[in-house]
Amino acid sequence: MTTKFRRGAAIAVAAALVGVGLVGCASSGGGTSASSKSYTFWDPYPQFDQSAAWTKLVESCGTKAGVTVKRTGYDTTALTNKALLAGQQGNSPDMLLVDNPVVSTLADAGILTSTAENKLDTSAIDKNIIAAGEIGGKTYGVPIGANTLALYYNKTVLKAAGVDAASITDWATLTDALAKVKAAGKKGITFSGINTEEGSFQFLPWFWGSGANLTQLDSPQAVAALTLWTDWLKKGYAPNSVIQNTQTTSWQEFATGDYAFGENGTWQLGNVKQAGIDYGILTIPAESGGPAAAPTGGEFLTIPVQKDAARYATTKKIVNCLTSTANFVTTDNTLSYIAPTADAQAAQVAGNAALKPWVDAVKAAKGRTSDNLGTKYPKISEQLWTAVQTALSGSQTPEAALKAAQTAAAAAIK
Amino acid sequence: MTTSAVPAKRAVGEKGGATSVAPPGRPAARRRVRSGQWAAWAFLAPVVAYLLVFYAFPLYRNVELSLKDYTVRSFVDGTAPFVWFDNYAKVIQNATFWPALTHTAIFTFVSIAFQFSIGLALAVFFFQHFRLASTLRALFLVPWLLPLIVSASTWSWMFNSDSGIVNSALEALGLPQINWLTSPDWSLIAVLIANIWIGIPFNLVILYSGLQNISGDLYEAASLDGANGWQKFWRITFPLLRPVSAITILLGLVYTLKVFDIIWIMTKGGPADSSTTLSTWSYRLGFGSVLPDFSPAAAVGNILILIALVFGLVYLRTQRKLDPS
Repeated sequence: MTTKFRRGAAIAVAAALVGVGLVGCASSGGGTSASSKSYTFWDPYPQFDQSAAWTKLVESCGTKAGVTVKRTGYDTTALTNKALLAGQQGNSPDMLLVDNPVVSTLADAGILTSTAENKLDTSAIDKNIIAAGEIGGKTYGVPIGANTLALYYNKTVLKAAGVDAASITDWATLTDALAKVKAAGKKGITFSGINTEEGSFQFLPWFWGSGANLTQLDSPQAVAALTLWTDWLKKGYAPNSVIQNTQTTSWQEFATGDYAFGENGTWQLGNVKQAGIDYGILTIPAESGGPAAAPTGGEFLTIPVQKDAARYATTKKIVNCLTSTANFVTTDNTLSYIAPTADAQAAQVAGNAALKPWVDAVKAAKGRTSDNLGTKYPKISEQLWTAVQTALSGSQTPEAALKAAQTAAAAAIK
Repeated sequence: MTTSAVPAKRAVGEKGGATSVAPPGRPAARRRVRSGQWAAWAFLAPVVAYLLVFYAFPLYRNVELSLKDYTVRSFVDGTAPFVWFDNYAKVIQNATFWPALTHTAIFTFVSIAFQFSIGLALAVFFFQHFRLASTLRALFLVPWLLPLIVSASTWSWMFNSDSGIVNSALEALGLPQINWLTSPDWSLIAVLIANIWIGIPFNLVILYSGLQNISGDLYEAASLDGANGWQKFWRITFPLLRPVSAITILLGLVYTLKVFDIIWIMTKGGPADSSTTLSTWSYRLGFGSVLPDFSPAAAVGNILILIALVFGLVYLRTQRKLDPS
């Protein structure tokens, strides 16, 4: 009898423990701990572990500010949801590093402090890069680096086709070059036209390069840009697989060495050397010449709202340390990014001259949520990538696809 | 231990006087009943807690999400207004709704039809007990054992328009190449083929075990009567396999309705919406863009749950009908 009772009690205790465990799980993982000496830092770099130089840098900036910083890396998409949930629970991290188009979403949710509140100085940052974090006249955060798109070209393939890369200055000369490459039996160009944000990201340089504006998706300029891509597919200058290519699979195609051009980002610089391709970099041309504005990629360092406003002073010290010129150079070289300030860019180019075309590309680049689009951008972008897919797969003409996209986007952002 | 301790205590009580000692029988019995109840509750507690935390709460939360108008701001500060069925109305009026529903129906029924018929054919085939039958049958289980991300990625590579093995094979046979994943006419067929391949082992295993329950005497008797193989299948195997078939098909329906990973990995529902089903659409609304649209996503999810529930009820009914027999 007693043993039976005891077993029952043991199970009850066990059940209670399980319950407590669950509650414990639900409330742990939060940012703001009671300790005033411990600060939390979330970023989208799960590839860096405790021993990585990036982690060491973050921790050393904390030590200089007299506190300990605990860094946690999350997957990019998980981080947005994680940040929203933490905001809902009122336990946001002290510092949050997020992809730049997410800044407007999180600012809209009211979980980020503006520079007016946290007193960060952003005057040295390039205007076009910080624009992605400006919503309604307020600035939310500091970019820690920027990346953008350009055309990688394969010198061997171009040589065999008799194309001089310097002659490519606008869409017409680029299309001519693709025709020559195809005639020489090689493959033209690969890019990513997938139905996610990546597809819009890759289409935007051509979209903006035509003079089109995101507020009017069915303008004649926009149709010209989508027609350019669609014609490349029809004529076989670009492979059909671009419709489902991510930037990574598109890169893998370029890395085979069969393609003359690949539209890809700053972050592939390390890989292109590994692939053993004799490569060059070309800024994406606008329709009638000159560099097209490519979208800026890269993360912003933001300071989420805290219950205890006294924490901001220390957080600011840590952020200032991470965004000093010397640390910009270290961080952005590690991430294969371009620094967002002129001084740090100069230092990067001094260290590696190959970065020069990328610095130019970043200077010409434009934030996706700029022009005060803010949280309207994700909705417009979704319609834009859908139009790209519809036109590339041949189910609608570029005109019809963009017209449908404009109608849907206008309804979505109302 | 207990046996020695209890009399010792009683002895002390007897010495101290009768007043302080309660009658020994009743409280002990009451305590026994009460402790028995507590023990029963304690045994129940884990499963009740489990059901509440992992089933009731998420379901409740999903319904709540779909009935309120959540934006990122109201998600954080908890001030989302109650809008009744506005989100459902919005979702149903959306241009994606009818294509997604049609694709879900086609995907589910075509998958089941092929999975079941191929599974049954293979089960009957392997039931012949020829040499190597069990080895070959084990090989057919491979799709079931592979993680979905592996099989879906592999199919996605095989179906690649330019460098996929399927198109190379077509080319070798002198056929034109097909843009499996990038043509709006073929993308649904491509994900269907992959899903059928993945679902065959499940049908094979269940139907094979069903075949083992059919008495060999029946086939022997039929042979004596001069029935050929075809007649034996339609007159004996198929009717006697009906209970097992019903369960297999209904379970398959519920599984296939909610298939998400294969489609998401292979086409992300594209190009445009040509392979979007309710499950991929729900995910896209909630997590596919930078700006999450939680309320419509939850509404689509709930519609899918309702459809699955209908088939689930049919399953329970069928099972109850079959059980007494």
